[in-house]
Amino acid sequence: MKHARLQPLLVAALRALTHHPARLPDLDDAGWDLLLRQAGATNLLATLSCLLDECGLREQVPAPAREQLDWAAVLARRHRQGVSWEVRLIRQALADLGVPLILLKGAAYTLAGLPPAHGRLFSDIDVLVPEERLGEAEAALMLAGWAGTHHDAYDQRYYREWMHELPPMRHLRRASMIDVHHAILPRTAPMRPNPALLRAAAVPLPGMPGLYVLAPVDMVLHSAVHLFSESEFNSGLRDLLDIHRLLTHFGADRRFWVELPDRARELELERPLFYALRYCSMMLGTEVPAAVQADVAGPSPACVGLMDALFSRVLVPDHASCRDRLDALARFLLYLRGNWLRMPPLLLARHLFHKAFLSPRKSTPEAA
Amino acid sequence: MTHVGSLTRAQLGECLAGPGIHLRTGRFTTLLRSPIASVADGIHRLYGDYPLSSGFADFHLDLVRPATLRRWLRPQVTLLYDRRSMFKPLPLDQAFPMFEWGLNWCVSSRANRYLIIHAAVVEKNGRAVILPAPPGSGKSTLCAALVGRGGWRLLSDELALLRLEEGVLHPLPRPISLKNASIAVIRDYVPGSVMSRAVTDTAKGTVAHMRAPADSVARAGESALPAWVVFPRFEAGSAATAEPVARADTFMQLAQNCFNYSLLGAEGFTALAGLVERSRGYRFRYSKLDDALAFFDSLP
Repeated sequence: MKHARLQPLLVAALRALTHHPARLPDLDDAGWDLLLRQAGATNLLATLSCLLDECGLREQVPAPAREQLDWAAVLARRHRQGVSWEVRLIRQALADLGVPLILLKGAAYTLAGLPPAHGRLFSDIDVLVPEERLGEAEAALMLAGWAGTHHDAYDQRYYREWMHELPPMRHLRRASMIDVHHAILPRTAPMRPNPALLRAAAVPLPGMPGLYVLAPVDMVLHSAVHLFSESEFNSGLRDLLDIHRLLTHFGADRRFWVELPDRARELELERPLFYALRYCSMMLGTEVPAAVQADVAGPSPACVGLMDALFSRVLVPDHASCRDRLDALARFLLYLRGNWLRMPPLLLARHLFHKAFLSPRKSTPEAA
Repeated sequence: MTHVGSLTRAQLGECLAGPGIHLRTGRFTTLLRSPIASVADGIHRLYGDYPLSSGFADFHLDLVRPATLRRWLRPQVTLLYDRRSMFKPLPLDQAFPMFEWGLNWCVSSRANRYLIIHAAVVEKNGRAVILPAPPGSGKSTLCAALVGRGGWRLLSDELALLRLEEGVLHPLPRPISLKNASIAVIRDYVPGSVMSRAVTDTAKGTVAHMRAPADSVARAGESALPAWVVFPRFEAGSAATAEPVARADTFMQLAQNCFNYSLLGAEGFTALAGLVERSRGYRFRYSKLDDALAFFDSLP
């Protein structure tokens, strides 16, 4: 992007570390200090640690910074163990349903051993089941100790009538969270990628009977639609990095690039793919074949200009060193846009009104 | 390297209100900023012996007054971790104790290359005693007496840091946190002790911090080998008695006092098992500090 401010250290470092040959960011002590804080603020400290390991550059990092990266690496290792364990228990709980269990996002990257998994910390496990089996899946999970978290009648209706998932469930003893999806976008959204197409193309995980992940192109498209119809961007950079790493990984096979634009059209996800390719290559230097970029239609140039101004502000780390005066406005506009993309205007107005004035106030503790 | 003590109170206050100071405590560097006078007072009084560094900091902490309307009625202080608020604000009077608690939180929630036990650690002749701390056990009082008068070196009053790779205890000498009655007890018992102003009505009652011995601060780079685990219990009127604790029991009780035992998984288990293997465990009851000091000197 044009402005130096919008090319923060962390983005430059991720770019340098995910390319071949990977390079160590050239930084002094104060530079490492800022880099690690930007990474911490956007939940990428463990990712940075894993990237340096993958590139064999860890030993060259100054000792105090390396020590902090070591601290984060412990979290990443524990997280990976925890996710594999939880997935095993979810699989067990849903075994009697006899449907393939499709993992989405973080859990899928972890179990499939894909590059974005390295150091990625996430709080819930997302799975996809056929809509007609949703009730059975919910009952089976409840029997195994997961319970719904949203008890407010309005929230129940919001999820069950309008959304693409059950209200999030939390395990009563282990406190692990699971989101059971039947589609990747809400029922009320104008884009309606057909979940049956996604399920039909899902690929089994070798050595893990009953577990599936989305096909490579679908995984990228899901990641893209998730990020670019989001309304909060606290882990925007992490999600962009996911897409960058998936594109680089799957893109080694030329068939992937041939399939991607066609599949995007088939699933009505061309627009999010356009943004994903655009911001991945602009910010992280993803190598996208020119023919693919040209084949994916975007909005009008004026709209692209506006989106550049907005996304360049929310996809950088959410850290004091990367903010400017227009930041809050950009976040607010994208918050509205995210909701707009999920619901038709009248329903959206009703929903936001209800959330603002009628929903009981949650006593959210400030401690994170 | 300069020390906090090389700055006058006025210079320190200016630094804290401006660019901040890179305060080194043991292996950790904290960039601390605060315009609040009681924070500068506390640092000036208790941290004179600590080195100042520059460049890299492990933790960035700001203690500031939140800009809410409430500031005119009931002034508050909030702790920012890298400019983010992590905790509910406290009354302004508790700003200095909040720094101490905040720094403990930073270390215990992040420094995962250590097995971190909620315990005091003191050392003599290279061998360390770990004093785990169920609340009300009188751990800090005992710790203050041991380092103030018993000739023991302070490694830490709150956090035992067992380095995973080497199985040694790394020092984190910081002010010792005393509560309620023990403030007066230690003021009388330890000659020349320097204390921060007592702050009343905190979540822990009245709190004051005692300055760490200069020698312990100067030797913050010297690690120690664990040799004993003593579970202290203050019981008014009781004679000093020590009964040995079986290894398995010592292990379980230490594990319960760890901040990151389950996070570290097998590595944590191995490290803790190594520590217990090398240490003798005792359950120690006492009512007089003199008796307690005599017991610690008799540890085999």
